[in-house]
Amino acid sequence: MNNINRPLSPHLQVYKLPLTGIISITHRMTGVMLAVGLIFFVYIVSAVAGGTSTYSEMQDLMGMWLFRMMYWGFIYALFFHLCHGVRHLLWDTGKSFDHDSMDRYAIIELSASVALTLFAFIFI
Amino acid sequence: MDYRSPLAKVRGLGSANAGTSHWWMQRVTAVALIPLTYWLIVFLDLSLNASYQQTAAWLTSPFNAVCVVSWVIAVFYHAAMGVQVVIEDYVSPEGWKITSIWSVYLIFIFLALAALIAILRIILAG
Repeated sequence: MNNINRPLSPHLQVYKLPLTGIISITHRMTGVMLAVGLIFFVYIVSAVAGGTSTYSEMQDLMGMWLFRMMYWGFIYALFFHLCHGVRHLLWDTGKSFDHDSMDRYAIIELSASVALTLFAFIFI
Repeated sequence: MDYRSPLAKVRGLGSANAGTSHWWMQRVTAVALIPLTYWLIVFLDLSLNASYQQTAAWLTSPFNAVCVVSWVIAVFYHAAMGVQVVIEDYVSPEGWKITSIWSVYLIFIFLALAALIAILRIILAG
């Protein structure tokens, strides 16, 4: 147990993560951020329940540029997490583990998450 | 050499005594959340931009209400299970691990109930 010459797994500081690896840790980080962002959802829905006065207070607060930016960050994180989540569901079927599909799917899901965010920004 | 008893094998619960239920429910809620995300986006957009009457009327419609309530249940379950995995990966002292997972679940149940009661208040007022 005290053998200090044990082989180590690749250290994050010297191991260049492949694109899917970067996406993988981003998936986890966006997941945690979205979970924290749920507090904002509870705040918004409670403000709606409170009636017209709390509703307009909430709209004023959420209209501030800082919260606007956080809001769109939340929406992008949501679509990113959704797109990579779909890939996890594909992986669960045992498919698309080879090198080429990994890179291809990485590009597809990054473009899809940006496209969905733009779509939400323009059309909804 | 396999030390597992035939009973343990047929139950398939493994060392955590929970089998694949955590993993499985993470997937079930994930699939449910894909279409339900649409209702979240519309609700957030109305709440931030539309008038109070418009938002309340939209949420009072039974189908929208069912979808938003389903989203709330699925998302808080999904989030609690996800954060649990993150804690299990990065917090190694057993006591801290268990108490932080308990806290996360209790906080998410509290938040989910707060959201559901708020939705109920909107529906009853409308």
